[in-house]
Amino acid sequence: MARLSKGIKKRKIHEDGAWAYAFIAVALVVYAMFTAYPVVSAFLISFEEYKPLGSTFVGFENYANTFGDALFWKAIRNTIVYTALTVPVALVISFAVAILILPFKKWLQTAFKAVYYLPAVASGVALSVVWLWIFDPLPSGILNRMIGLFGIENQNWLGSSATSMFSLVLMSWLSSHGTSIIIYLAALLGIDNSYYEAAELDGASFLQKLWHIVIPFLKPTTLFLLVTGVIGSFQVFQNAYLMTGGGPDNATTMVGLLIFNNAFKYFEFGEAAAQSLILALIIAVISYFQFKFLGNDVEY
Amino acid sequence: MALYKQHSGNKLVKYVRNTAIAAALLVFAVATLFPIYFMIMSSFGDPVEAGAVSYSLWPKKISFDSYRFFFDYSPHSFKWLLNSLIVAASVMVTNVVFASLAGYAFSKIRFKGRNVLFSVLLCAMMIPYQVTQVPLYILVVNIFQIENTYSALILPGLVTVYNIFLAKQFMGSIPTEIIESAKVEGCNQLQIFTMVILPLSKTVLAVMAILTFMDNWNTFFWPFLVTNTMEMQTIQVGLKNFRFANTTYFAPMMAGATISALPMFVLFFSLQKYFLEGVTVGAVKG
Repeated sequence: MARLSKGIKKRKIHEDGAWAYAFIAVALVVYAMFTAYPVVSAFLISFEEYKPLGSTFVGFENYANTFGDALFWKAIRNTIVYTALTVPVALVISFAVAILILPFKKWLQTAFKAVYYLPAVASGVALSVVWLWIFDPLPSGILNRMIGLFGIENQNWLGSSATSMFSLVLMSWLSSHGTSIIIYLAALLGIDNSYYEAAELDGASFLQKLWHIVIPFLKPTTLFLLVTGVIGSFQVFQNAYLMTGGGPDNATTMVGLLIFNNAFKYFEFGEAAAQSLILALIIAVISYFQFKFLGNDVEY
Repeated sequence: MALYKQHSGNKLVKYVRNTAIAAALLVFAVATLFPIYFMIMSSFGDPVEAGAVSYSLWPKKISFDSYRFFFDYSPHSFKWLLNSLIVAASVMVTNVVFASLAGYAFSKIRFKGRNVLFSVLLCAMMIPYQVTQVPLYILVVNIFQIENTYSALILPGLVTVYNIFLAKQFMGSIPTEIIESAKVEGCNQLQIFTMVILPLSKTVLAVMAILTFMDNWNTFFWPFLVTNTMEMQTIQVGLKNFRFANTTYFAPMMAGATISALPMFVLFFSLQKYFLEGVTVGAVKG
C-alpha cells in the first residue's frame, strides 16, 4: 500500500514537472533568443570586425582600440562624475523627504508619495523636451530668469562645456525621487517603536535617534538603492542623447552614449560590443565592492 | 514614542513643527512638479516661433492651436499613439500571462533544474542593456528581417525576467497547503493555476500589468532603433522627431510632450494605489 502511494506520488511529481516545463517554456524561449543569445553573440562580435556578410576575426583589436581611445577614458570620467554627483544626492534627498513625511497621518503620507512619484510617469522624451526649454540660453529662459533674481549672469546651460554636465545633473536632482522615497518610507515604518522608546528612556535626542537607530536600521535599504542607483547611472544614455547629444566637445559623452554612437552612428559593431562588455565588467566590479565594504552585515 | 517627539503636553509646538515640515515638503514638491506644470501650461500657447514669444509662468490664454500644429506635422501622428497603444497593450498582456505562469512554476512546482534555470534567468538582470543592444539589433534587422513591424517592437519584450521575479516572489508567499488540497480534489497544475493561484495574485498581476504598460508606453530607445518610417513609429519616437524638425516651436513641442504623457497621468490618477504599491512589491525586503 505504502509502495503503491509512493508510486502514485512519484508519477504526480513527474506530471507536475511536465506542467512546469510547459509553464516556463515561453519564458525560456524568449530568454534564450533575446537575452542569452545576444550576450554570447556580443562576446563573439567584440572579437570581430563586423560586416553583415561575413565578419572577420580581429582578436583583441577592438579592446586595444578602446583602451587607446582618449574619448573612451573621457566618457568613463564623465560617467563617474555624473554618478558621483547624482546618486549620493538622490539618496540624501529621498532619505530626508521620507523622514519628513513620517510624522504625518497615513492619508497625507500617501498624498505626498503620489505627488513625488508623479513626474516618474511622464516619459523621458517628454521631460527632455520640457527641460530643453527650461535651459533656454536666452535671457528670457526660465532658469536664466531664476538665477537672474540672485544677480547671476546668463548661462548657456547646455551649450557650454562649463555648464552642460551640471545641467544634466540638475535635471536628475529635480527628477522624480518617488520610488526611493517610497522604499525608504516603507523601511522607516518597519522600525519597531520599542527601539525609540528605549532610546528616549536614555534621553536620546531626535538626531541621536536618527544616527543610532534609523541610519543603521536603514542600511540594507540604502545599500540596495545605492547599488541599483549606480548601476542605472552607469548605463545612462537617454538624457545625454536627447539633451546635449554628448556635446559640447564631448563634455557630456557618457559610456552609454559612446557605445550607442559607435554602434548606430558609425556602425562599428565590434568596438561597441567590446565597450559594452567592458562597461558590464566595470558595473559588476563596482557592485561587488559596494556589497563587500558596505554589505557585510546585510542579508537579502 | 516614535522617532518624532509627540509634544503631548504642548499641542501648539507640534502644530507649528508639522506645519514647517509640510511647508518644506511642499517647496520640494513644487520644484519637482514644475516641469510638468510648465509643460501643460505652455502647451496652450499659440503655435508661433519661440523668438516671438516670451514664455511666462502663468497661462495667458487657452488655445488648442498648438495641439493641432503638432498633429498636423505628420499624417501619421495619430498612428503614433495607436502604435504605442498596440505595443504597450500587447506586451502587457503577454507579460502578465507568461510571467505569472513561469513565476508559479518557479515558486511552487518542484521540477528538475528549477534552481539552476532560475539563477540563469536572474543573471539577465545584472547585464547592462548595452551588451545586448547590438546583437539584438542584428538579430531583428539582419537575421529575422522584421525591421519596422509590430513584431520587432513587441517580441523582445514578450516576457521580462523582472516580471517573472515579481510573480515568483509574490506567489511564493501563497500557502502550499491550498495547492496541496486542490491537488487532492483532483486538479491538475493548469487548473490549480487558473482557479487557485490567479485569483489570489490579483494585486501583483495588476501592478505588473500597469508598470509594464507604462514602461512600454514610455520607452524610446528600442522603437527608435527598429522603426524607420513615420507610420510605424511610437509616440515617443514621433515626439523626438517632431522636436528635431521644429526646434523653435515652443508651444507645439509642449503640446506634443503633453500628449505623450497625458495617458500615463490619467492612468496614474485612476490607479494610483497600484503604482505606489508596485514600488515596494518588487523591492527587497529590507
